[in-house]
Amino acid sequence: MTDQPAFLELLLRLGDDCLVLGHRLSEWCGHAPMLEEDLSMPNMALDLIGQARSIYTRAGEVEGKGRSEDDLAYLRADREYRNLLLVERPNGDFAHTMLRQFYYAAFMEPYWREAVASSDAALAGIAGKAVKEIGYHVRHAGEWVIRLGDGTEESARRMAVAVDALHPYTGELFAVDGVTDAMAAAGVAPDPSALRPEWDATIDTIFADAGLRRPEVAYPQLGGRQGCHGEEFGFLLAELQYMQRAYPAMTW
Amino acid sequence: MTDAPLWEVFIRPRNGLSHVHCGSVHAADEVMAIQAARDVYTRRGEGNSIWVVPSDAITASDPALKEQNFEPAMSKIYRHPSFYEIPEDVGHM
Repeated sequence: MTDQPAFLELLLRLGDDCLVLGHRLSEWCGHAPMLEEDLSMPNMALDLIGQARSIYTRAGEVEGKGRSEDDLAYLRADREYRNLLLVERPNGDFAHTMLRQFYYAAFMEPYWREAVASSDAALAGIAGKAVKEIGYHVRHAGEWVIRLGDGTEESARRMAVAVDALHPYTGELFAVDGVTDAMAAAGVAPDPSALRPEWDATIDTIFADAGLRRPEVAYPQLGGRQGCHGEEFGFLLAELQYMQRAYPAMTW
Repeated sequence: MTDAPLWEVFIRPRNGLSHVHCGSVHAADEVMAIQAARDVYTRRGEGNSIWVVPSDAITASDPALKEQNFEPAMSKIYRHPSFYEIPEDVGHM
């Protein structure tokens, strides 16, 4: 790898997105509005956490300092996390959770599809598995966005509130910097800004059926990729890392 | 959400086998019913095809008529094809 620091940074971004969103979804376990969704959301969480494990393992290899997937997941501080602000947003109600999942998955499906051809064989392998998992997330969350948006007066109101709350966080999906430029040039990973037209089209198709409008966002919320997170993120990490912090190096 | 209609789920474990009833799910419509069935009943690689059927589209036999319906068959063992010599060339049936 010619640009090891950029590749490590890219892997941490991808892995952190998967881990944090997977953790958020797992918070629903036992609390979903119906039994079927109580299985569906942890299913998706396990897909994402599985992806995070593979990505962190590759990150540890690339870094070459002997850090394992667990070291990267449990022993970093909040400012070291590189995840999107979108994926750390609190679950809110079911409409918020499904819309957040739909926004993220609609971006990652084309991302993984292109990353199947990555010049890094390990990332290509991860992408090949992830693209099938994330494709289902798009379908499942997308169908819920339609049914809630085009459902009862109350469900439509809640979905519209979710769109207003979460849409400002979607601009970060497409943000580019030295890392994304270097990785795109090296054929390691797609240029996120190039995926915007497909994402817009996916959102518009579902929103048309849902009776929702894609808002224009003048000032997107950014910062996650630089390690600047919302205040709720500290609580998420406190729960996620509790066991390793309280009982260092514990296993079971 | 909890008042969503009930659907019966049938899974085919492998090509060449029949779909077998495995349970039921609640879902607003047929698209969501397939997804719910996928999430609830195929998490451990149980199948490669799913059918869902609205539960109220199934007509069931009357349990009160169980004796009339099924007991008469019990005494007619000659209906089992177990009284024939099977030629060896046929092999395992």
